[in-house]
Amino acid sequence: MNRIAVFGGIYNNYLALEAALMDAHRRGVDAAYCLGDMGAFGPHPDRVFPLLRDHGVQCIQGNYDNSVGNGLADCQCGYTDPRDNHFARLSYAYTFANTGAANRAWLRNLPTQRRVQLGRYRVLMCHGSPRRTNEFLWESTTSTHFLDHLLEAHQADIVLATHTGIKWQRRLGHDRHFVNVGVLGRPENDGAAHVWYALLSVAKELHVEFVPVHYDHEKLAAEMRAERLPAEFVETIRTGWWTTCLEILPAKERRRGKF
Amino acid sequence: MQLPLLDTTAPTVALTHLDDLWFQVAGTTCNLTCRHCFISCSPHNHNFGFLDLATVQRYLDESVSLGVKEYYFTGGEPFLNRDMVAILELTLRYGPATVLTNGTVFRNEWLERLRAAEAASTYGLEFRVSMDGFTPAENDAVRGDGTFERILQGVRLLLDHDFLPILTVTKTRDDQDESDLFDGFVRLLKDCGYARPRIKILPTLRIGAEADRQRGYGETDRVTPEMMAAYDVHLLVCSHSRMVTDRGVYVCPILIEAPDARLGTTLAESLRPFAIKHQACYTCYQYGALCSNASSRERDA
Repeated sequence: MNRIAVFGGIYNNYLALEAALMDAHRRGVDAAYCLGDMGAFGPHPDRVFPLLRDHGVQCIQGNYDNSVGNGLADCQCGYTDPRDNHFARLSYAYTFANTGAANRAWLRNLPTQRRVQLGRYRVLMCHGSPRRTNEFLWESTTSTHFLDHLLEAHQADIVLATHTGIKWQRRLGHDRHFVNVGVLGRPENDGAAHVWYALLSVAKELHVEFVPVHYDHEKLAAEMRAERLPAEFVETIRTGWWTTCLEILPAKERRRGKF
Repeated sequence: MQLPLLDTTAPTVALTHLDDLWFQVAGTTCNLTCRHCFISCSPHNHNFGFLDLATVQRYLDESVSLGVKEYYFTGGEPFLNRDMVAILELTLRYGPATVLTNGTVFRNEWLERLRAAEAASTYGLEFRVSMDGFTPAENDAVRGDGTFERILQGVRLLLDHDFLPILTVTKTRDDQDESDLFDGFVRLLKDCGYARPRIKILPTLRIGAEADRQRGYGETDRVTPEMMAAYDVHLLVCSHSRMVTDRGVYVCPILIEAPDARLGTTLAESLRPFAIKHQACYTCYQYGALCSNASSRERDA
């Protein structure tokens, strides 16, 4: 296996998932993976699952999936600010109420990590970090020697994660790599409506490409309005700027956004 | 002052991984004498001394092989240390830095240098500015006369230099409603031109000056082995942090006045487990994430 597509959180954005799958197939990937958090934020949670199954996307369990699957009281996102938690509760209540029993059972049984071999690289896929599902690994708050430690402790050449909602990558010593693959669920707070996934290819060496995914975000926004989801969520989908769950951002990432 | 040891069986907490390395960079010297300070810092408290740049660098170098994730600086008032700007510039070459300050002694030229250092680094520089009331009366009663305005001036200076300070607010009265406190700070900061106010609310630690101001801990305020069942140990600072002082490496930023909390001279020596027998450990247990940049909230029993 030399070429894989890796999706981060989907957050019910089945339209972006559909577009990403088409793009990945067109690029001739050997396999597609999703690092968890199928639900949250967007409309119609149950529309995500048939796409994942029909296209053979191999998934791992994010904090949201664990919560929805096990009927927990909250999303375990790891927010601590009351402003973040207010919107997290609205989002979770909607997703939980609209995820069917069979899909909840499916989420409950997903593995929390997955290991694959990509060319000569040992790849470890996780949701937040290899040591904790809901750990936020932001570019500006994660030292390189900490990543060295993580990859060494978990015996991996490449660690793939999501959870923060913003893509980034760092090349470490000894041809090791950390990649946050971004998310399909919502734009990444840069004023553009498209979302991202990661394409990893190995020829002589690893090549990581972040692929922009353009999709019918106005259609998603209309469906979100019809489902009476918060206007703040709709605004993010339409403008590309985060309007909620902002307090978890470190200063450096926060400064790049509008709010 | 030394903290009393309790005659009881205490659970032992192993260091899961050294994520957060703290520096008591200004010792216990502060230009303010806050009435709730858990290590009684003041202009005259030199119990712990300043750390110089070379000492900080020695520990930063040792931290690399241990895979430390983030660096934190506190005191006393860190910006009383003449090496502080150079220390932060150096640290940003190693990893992310957070500095806990009272915000009253900044100089423009320091913040200009720090703005440039952060812009040149992959890593972020966070400022946590302490303020204990959203009115002058409330704040100054704890932090000293005139400090309300001086702190806000510091916040404005940080904003002028494109920093986004986290206002760290101690809940200084038992009858204070936490939501009211939070909302009051949001209003105050927005009125001051801070469009996206960041706020962390903390409980008091009933040791040091705070034990005299309000009250100390009660006899039953302690962590017992039974309380650790099904508890997320990561919430405890001692499970992922250590504190460098001029007198050695301590288990956490809170217990530097407890002799048993000194774990060694080097980081390597300080990695051993710690028995959480102190009463302040009870507050850490109750709230979790006490020393992180995230908010702390009392957890359900």
